[in-house]
Order: sequence, then C-alpha cells, then structure tokens
Amino acid sequence: MQDRVLTLLEPRDFDLGPKPAGDGPYKHWKLTRDVDNVAWAVVDKAGASANTLDDAVLVELDQILDRLEADRPAGLVIRSAKASGFIAGADVSQFRGATDVSEVEQRMARAHAITDRLEAVTFPTVAVIHGYALGGGLEVALACHSRIAVEGAKFGFPEVQLGLHPGLGGTARFTRLIDPLQAMQFMLTGKSIPARKAKALGLIDVIVPERHVRAAVRAAVKGELKHDQPSILDRLKDSGPARRIAARRMREEAAKQAPGEHYPAPGALIDLWERHGGDFEAMKAAEIGSFARLMVSQTAQNLIRVFFLREKLKGLAGGKSAIKRVHVIGAGAMGGDIAAWCAWSGLTVTLTDVKAEPIGGAIKRAAALYGKIGRDDRLKVRDALDRLIPDLKGQGARLADLVIEAAPEKVDLKKSLYAKLETVMKPGAILATNTSSIPLETLREGLQRPERLVGLHFFNPVSRMQLVEVVRHDGLDAEVETAARAFTGAIDRLPAPAKSAPGFIVNRALTPYLAEALVMLDEGVSKETIDKAAEDFGMPMGPIELADQVGLDICLAVADMLKRELGWAIPDTPQWLRDKVEQKKLGKKTGEGLYVWKEGEPVKAHDAPKPDPDMADRLILPLVNTAAALLGEGVSEDPDVVDAAMIFGAGFAPFRGGPLHYARRRGVSEVKARLEELAGKYGERFKPAAGWSKLEG
Amino acid sequence: MSRPVYVVDGARTPFLKARKGPGPFTPVDLAVQCGRPLLLRQPFAPDAFDQVILGCVNVIADEQNPARVAALRLGCGPEMTAFTVAINCGSGMQSIDTAFRYIREGSSDLILAGGAEALSHAPLVLRQSAVEWLSAFQGAKSPLDKAKAAAAFRPDMLQPVIGLERGLTDPITDLGMGQTAEVLAHYFNISREAADAYAVESHKRLARAQAEGWLAGEVEPAFARDGTVYDHDDGVRPDSSVEKLSTLKPAFERPFGKVTPGNSSQITDGASWVILASEEAVKKHGLTPRAVILDSEWAALDPSIMGLGPVLSSSALLKRAGLSLGEVDLWELNEAFAAQVLACLAAWEDEAFGREILGLSGAAGTIDRERLNVDGGAVSLGHPVGASGNRIVLHLITALERLDLKRGIATECIGGGQGGAMLIERV
Repeated sequence: MQDRVLTLLEPRDFDLGPKPAGDGPYKHWKLTRDVDNVAWAVVDKAGASANTLDDAVLVELDQILDRLEADRPAGLVIRSAKASGFIAGADVSQFRGATDVSEVEQRMARAHAITDRLEAVTFPTVAVIHGYALGGGLEVALACHSRIAVEGAKFGFPEVQLGLHPGLGGTARFTRLIDPLQAMQFMLTGKSIPARKAKALGLIDVIVPERHVRAAVRAAVKGELKHDQPSILDRLKDSGPARRIAARRMREEAAKQAPGEHYPAPGALIDLWERHGGDFEAMKAAEIGSFARLMVSQTAQNLIRVFFLREKLKGLAGGKSAIKRVHVIGAGAMGGDIAAWCAWSGLTVTLTDVKAEPIGGAIKRAAALYGKIGRDDRLKVRDALDRLIPDLKGQGARLADLVIEAAPEKVDLKKSLYAKLETVMKPGAILATNTSSIPLETLREGLQRPERLVGLHFFNPVSRMQLVEVVRHDGLDAEVETAARAFTGAIDRLPAPAKSAPGFIVNRALTPYLAEALVMLDEGVSKETIDKAAEDFGMPMGPIELADQVGLDICLAVADMLKRELGWAIPDTPQWLRDKVEQKKLGKKTGEGLYVWKEGEPVKAHDAPKPDPDMADRLILPLVNTAAALLGEGVSEDPDVVDAAMIFGAGFAPFRGGPLHYARRRGVSEVKARLEELAGKYGERFKPAAGWSKLEG
Repeated sequence: MSRPVYVVDGARTPFLKARKGPGPFTPVDLAVQCGRPLLLRQPFAPDAFDQVILGCVNVIADEQNPARVAALRLGCGPEMTAFTVAINCGSGMQSIDTAFRYIREGSSDLILAGGAEALSHAPLVLRQSAVEWLSAFQGAKSPLDKAKAAAAFRPDMLQPVIGLERGLTDPITDLGMGQTAEVLAHYFNISREAADAYAVESHKRLARAQAEGWLAGEVEPAFARDGTVYDHDDGVRPDSSVEKLSTLKPAFERPFGKVTPGNSSQITDGASWVILASEEAVKKHGLTPRAVILDSEWAALDPSIMGLGPVLSSSALLKRAGLSLGEVDLWELNEAFAAQVLACLAAWEDEAFGREILGLSGAAGTIDRERLNVDGGAVSLGHPVGASGNRIVLHLITALERLDLKRGIATECIGGGQGGAMLIERV
C-alpha cells in the first residue's frame, strides 16, 4: 500500500540536473548546465522504456562532446532519465542476422572511437548510475573518469549469455580498472554485480542514496572522490606468465560450465586476455575482431534469437496486471512454490490446504528460497513471508483476484473445489488450474462461469523455470486470457499461450524424448551413454537424469495420459518402470530412481561407452517431430512460442535456438528424410508429423 | 457522549512455553501470526481500522512501538496510527480499555487492540561493572591508555544479568513476583497442597478444552520459518498430579516457600487481538457483535501484595454496576500464581477485608470454582505478560458463548501493585 504523501513527494527524488528549457537538438539526450557549470547529459531513448545503445544514441553522444569541447564545462555528468536504470546494454537487434565479420568490425570501430573520445576529454566526467548498467551501458560508464552508484544499482557484463563478450572496450577497461582475475570472472559468468560488491571491487567510486547525487557529483568534479588505485598485485596478475597460468585454469573452469564447441565466447575472451592483457590499447583493438567473429557465429545468432524469444513472450504478457491478491489451493511442491513465488513478487497470497503441515512445509521452503535469493535484504524476506499467509479455512478465496488450484490430479476433487469456490469468489476473479494432465474441457463442465477458467501450468522448480503455459479452452473469455498472461508477467515469468490439449506444449514434446531413452535403456544402452548423447547435443541434462529429476511417477502419469488421450504412437512404458514407481523409487526426490542420488546429484559411472552417432537423432528428433505436430494440431500457432516454451520450460539447448529453429537450420526436408529413415529402422513412432507442412515453403 | 462498544471478533496465537533460547517469534511476529487469520476473516479491509493499539511490556530493540510495526506488517496501510501501551501484566487489557474509551466517546469506530509478548526473547543485560569497563575502554585514546583500560577487565563482568529476572522483580520493594505470592499465601493461609491442587485443575481444564475443540477460532496456528506448525498451547501437562507437583522445590523462597514452578504461571510467548467496534462500524461493515464492553476499572495497592489487584478492581466494577459477586456468570482471573488466585478468593470471603477495604457490610462472597477460569489459565497456558490481559477478555467471550451465559468479568493482577478488570456481556 503506497502512502499518498510519499506518492506526491517521491518523484522529487530523481535528480536529473537542471530542468531543460525545451526539447533541445537531440532525440535521445537532454543537455543542460547547472549552477556550477557542470553539464548534465541525460540519456532518454525515445520510444523505449529502457535505454539501450545503438548508433543513434552514440552519434548524439559524439555531437554532445563536440558541443562541450567548443564550450568547456567544469565537468560532465552522464545519467539516465529512465526509472528502469542507466543503460541496459547494446541494442542487439542491430546485430540480428549479421554474417559479415568486417561489417561488424567497422561498426564497432566507430563506436569505439566515441567511447575513446569520451575517455579522453580533459574535463572531469562522471557516470551516475541507478538501476542496471549492463554490457554496453557499463562500457560507457567505464569510459567516464568517475562512477557514482545510486543505492540498489547493479552492474554486469551478460554478453556471454548471448554467445559474446564485451565489445565496446569493456574487456580492456574492466581488466585495467580492477583485479583482472575478478574482471574476467564476471565477464565469463555474466553474473550481475550488486552495488556493494562493485564498490569493493573498485568498479565504482561511491554509493549514495539518490538525495546525495548532487553533492557526490560536485565532489567528483572537484576531484574529491577517492579512487581506489589499482594495486601492484593486480598489475602483476596482468603480466604475461601470470596470465598464462590463470588462463589455463579459466579454460578448465569454462569447459566444466559449457562445452567450447557449443559456446565459443568464453574461450575467445580468455584468448583475448591471455594474448593482450596488460596492454590496454592492444587489447582494445583486438577486442573488435574477436567480438565480430563471435557475433556472426551460429551460437551467438541463436542466443540472440533466444533473447528475442524471451522479449516476445514478455510482449505476450502484455501490460500491467491488475491482480493483487492470489489464493493458492494445495500447498504441495507446486502449489506451495507458486504461492511463495507470487508473494516474493509482491502479491498478497493466501495458501490453503486441508492440513496445516504441508503449509508449514511450504513456508519452510519459501523461507529457504527467500534466504537464498534475497540474501542481502532481510526486510524484503520478512515482508514476503508476511504476505504469504497460511489460510487453513480458505478465507482468501473470497478476497482473491486470482485463485490458482494446485490440488491433486483428481477430477472429482477439483470439481468439488470449483463448485465451492464459485460461490465465494469475487465476480471478476479468475479461476486457474495448474493441472498438467486433466483437459480443461473436463474441468469446466458444470461451472457457472466456465469462461473464467484458465490453465496456468507452472514448471518445477517454480523459482527457476521461467515458463508458464497459459492454457485456453474454446469457451475462455479473451479478457481472462489477457489478464492471466499479464499476471505471469507481473511475477516475472514468461507466458506461452497454448490450446488445451494433452500435455500442452512442453510435456507433450518431452515425452517421446524420455520414452525413447527408456527404449534405448531396454535395448541395453547404458544410462550414462544415453544422457551423454543428449548432453553432447547441448541439452542441460540427459533424458534419464531429467526423468529422475521430474519424478518417475509424474513421467509415467503423463505418458499414460498422452497414450490414452491421443492413442499416440509412443513406445509402451516398460513394466520395470511401473515396478519402480510401485516401489517408490521415484528419482531425485526419493534418493533413487533410474540413478541413485547423493546430495542432489545422480551417481554416474565414468566408464560408459561413447554414444553412437544415431543416438542423438533418436532422442532429439522425436521431440522436434512432436514440436512440429503441435503446430499442425494448433496447440500453438507460432513456431517461436513452441521454441521458447521448450527452451524456458524444458531447457532445450538454447544455442540451438529451439527445436523448430534447429530443424529449419538443418533443413526441414533433411529432417523429414531422417525421420523416415529412423522409422524404417526403429518403428512407426518416428514417422514425420503432419505439422511439418507449416514449416515448409 | 457514551456509545456502546462491541467486541466483534478476536484471535490469538497458541501460547508457546519458553524453552532453550529465544523462541521462533518476536512480539511483532506473534502479533502478525494471529493478526493475519483474524483480519482475513473480516468483511472489511485491514486499512478500515481507525487505529491499532497493542500492549507489550518487553519491547525488543528492533521493534520500537510494536503496535505500529505490527499494523504495517499486517497491511493496515501507511496511514494507520498505532501506539503501544504498557501497564506491565495488564497491558493487553489496557489496549482494549483504551480502545473502549476512544469508541465510547465517539472519536473512533473500529480499533484493533491486542497484546504481544515474547518472554523467550528477553535480553541478557550487561552488568553495570561491564558497562563501565566498556565505556572506559572505548574512551581510551592512546594505545597505552587502551592497554591500561583493557587490563582492568575481570572475567566475572561477562556474567550477564538475565533481563527477565529483573523484569519480574518489583523495583520498589525488590521482591520477586513469586515472593509477592508467598506474602499472600502467608496472609491468607493458603497451603502448598491447595495451590498444587489448583494448578493441577488448571492443566486438566485446559487439556479438556483443547481436546473438545473449545479453543477453535480463538487459537490460530502459527507457522515458523523452519516449517514448524504451532497449533496449541504447549505448556499444558494433562498428566499433571498433586503427587508430581509435591516433589517440586520452592522457586523463590527456599527451603520453606510454597510457590513452585508447578503452581506458578509459565514463562511463555504469545499474542492476542480483539476487534472493537461502534454501532456505526457494526452497521457499516455488517459485523456481528459478540459482546459489549460495559465498564472497566483499574486499582492499585502496595507492590508487595500486588496479587490482590483483581479484588480491588473487580469489586469497584461491581459496585458501580450494582452487582454482587454471584451475579457474574463467568470469571477469568489471570493465574499469575495459584496461591495468588486463591488469596483473591479468600479476600472476597474475608469479613474484615469486605468491611474495611471493599466498603461492604461483610464478606463480599464466594466465587464458585465452576465459574472461575473454566478452561484453565496462566498456570497451564503460560503468561506472556503483555498478551494475557487480552487473552482473558477474548476467552471470556468464547467461554460465555459455549456455556450460553451472559455476564463476565476478566481481571488480572499487575506487577508493581495494580489490578485491572473489565465487565462484559454477550450481545
């Protein structure tokens, strides 16, 4: 609840220097001077909610420098007018589809010239940073003489997640400014750096609350801000022999995180530093070529695609969500974690169950999760726990804007819950089900307001899996669907719209992949070999490990449901799997499934034979084929949504750009031919789906 | 202006016996734990209150003015005024009394009034000698001075003073609360056996109320961060017996004292809220009044006999209402000590006390034990000092409803030599 006095006063907090007289000559910047003759260059990219760097923004910065050199100020402040933060990085859309290395190089050289010029000006320059300063944004800040962080600011070089490394002089400036090993670490992992850590690293000079920005700027311009001088030890780390030793260690570590043949950026960055570290100009110059070569790689282009897939789903989430109160029914693994995530996201949540103990368990998991993700912020943890309200009597249903049912998968139980809910829910409230196996058409029968029932299918673990399938049936009110999508956006999840159909998108496409793995197991292939085949393709974990992680009981239930509902040609579930489920050997959660699990990790044999060349296709192509089938059946109309769902809901190798994108790149006809070939060899289940026609031509 | 004041609802946490170390909840945590389910079941939003008043004696440093902290954490909104009241063991009733007066005089319509206490969080206090040493050490400028100051340290300075122990000692007379009960036991000739028998009955009554579900709705489960669900008053000992209690040693005055841990109230954490409403608020929000508060009274006497506070405050209430002891259907008389409760009953039966002190023609009369603390009390439930006064009012309503009776008095003795009493009737 926001106080009205604070609502009035809060906007006065933001200090963007003197108020500009008019629009000024720039489209994306405002340039003013304060009483101390300090120039304030405030970036406010037109038509965007966050600042990103593109040619236009940089060219205008260049023009601003022209003007300031003609009429020297006492100093220059660069800051952002956007509430969201400083500059969120380069506008990667500029580089989509880039294939020509020299073209990228030329563009980067022009950009380098501008940041080099910024660094070289002879009056003091100060970056004032609130919110996020990422990638190219941080590189602009690094070209300033001092950096003032407003409390809560966060920094980072996330380029590696796009298959890149910093390209606007960041590799050279960051390793020059702070301990080069730390700098490399942050560029290699893409981890975000909170303000306090940034101060400790020497990346920024001071952290102030917004109300002290002006005073801090004055101090910076007068040279009164203390810079941490790079230590001699840091410089030693940047010397040749030290770099060679460190680089070897970094390569080993990087290989553990992601194979170099799929993710070339870390290797390129390590090479760049090993060769040129300690020689600022050389490193800066070499960065351009290295960056350009990465930019045109398949990996980077596919990861940029994934970036835009995410943006696309965010766009599907649409605008502001009106949902403030959520009532969750069922405090089991899914319900409890959905409730916890909603409360963390600022919503007031009532969590109900027939017994108190599962609610206690959910509170415990929530407290542990909050402790991890909100480490520095005990107030935020307290407030989130206060908002997560145990509600044994189900009082919250009456007050909720959204009720999420996550009860056991029993039709009668759910229906009787709905009947009671409909009598107490607010007329405008939405009823959502997290069911993964019961058709919405069944659940809506007998409802007074079937048009307000929608599927919200979350993935486990809720706090880490970004996808939520927003499932519609043919009687769904369009406004309810819009509101449900907006809700996923409000809790920082990505909506994948799907038509009600068995398994929706993710489970449907994953099942033949898991089923094929079981067939291979039955054929005598070792589980480690099967998993390796999938991992070599780029999956974050193999299908056997995944089945254990999801739970064999759940896999079995989904497979049975799909077979029953679709009469589908997936292989029969082997009896031994049913026996395992019977014996409660369910996977990770019981300590044993297909693997034995120790401390959350499967125990794997290291002497398993290498996978043969057929194996990856046998595993992956049924998944790809099903993804195509989903298009054919209209479960989703958009191949991008299917790709995004598989990446964000199932971890499908991101650098492949999604299963359908992978098929397109490999060639649809080639994939179909390969499926025919596999069908001949292994059975009808490999027959190409009807949906391929949607991807041809 | 004198308007009727209704109690429309209330809820409390289970009272949790202090065991090793601080319990899972601070005072405000406790207030939030029972406040959330209480507010959830109201037809109005949490920001509809005019104010929030909370009794709390041992406020922890992180929660100054716990009433305000609780109001904000309960979602009552930034514009909710809230203040904390303290009159030691009567604080939870003082909050109700204060709310009662605001509503009666017409300046408020809807008030959340509670009490919260986490005695297990009582701080360890540094000894005065340690404080003096620390300030000398910190004041020392040169390394030599520092070394000199450091040398003055003596290990026994580290022996902490337990804040709770000091808190339960009357500052004027330096008598522990248990000693004041010894004083009363002596004056009114209360035997160890009678006190133990009273304590056993308290446990039996609470155990029965728990088993029968008579506390449902009044007690709301509390959920700790470690996943533990606290769903009942856990100090209860259903298997308590006079034989067992007779083996305990006196807690305060060895070897001859009569007051033992077994016949004293327990050191406990807990919180309780009630919602008070005017006629207008009842109409506006469609509330159902459960009881009307008719009157309240505070009285004081020498701190060494503080346990008689209920006799003075209740008798004054009765006099004003023109009622006799027997015309009150149910009594909640806070069980600070079994001997102290029995001393109150004895005082009412005492001819001289009735004449000289209460201004009656003779003894005030006898309170039927079947009408007194019918579902147990602080001996079995525990006595989180700031919360108890609130709980006895709330439970008095619960018990009147269950037994379908009309009139009741909730009253408590107050460390420092006071007593508080409140007269209510079911609506």
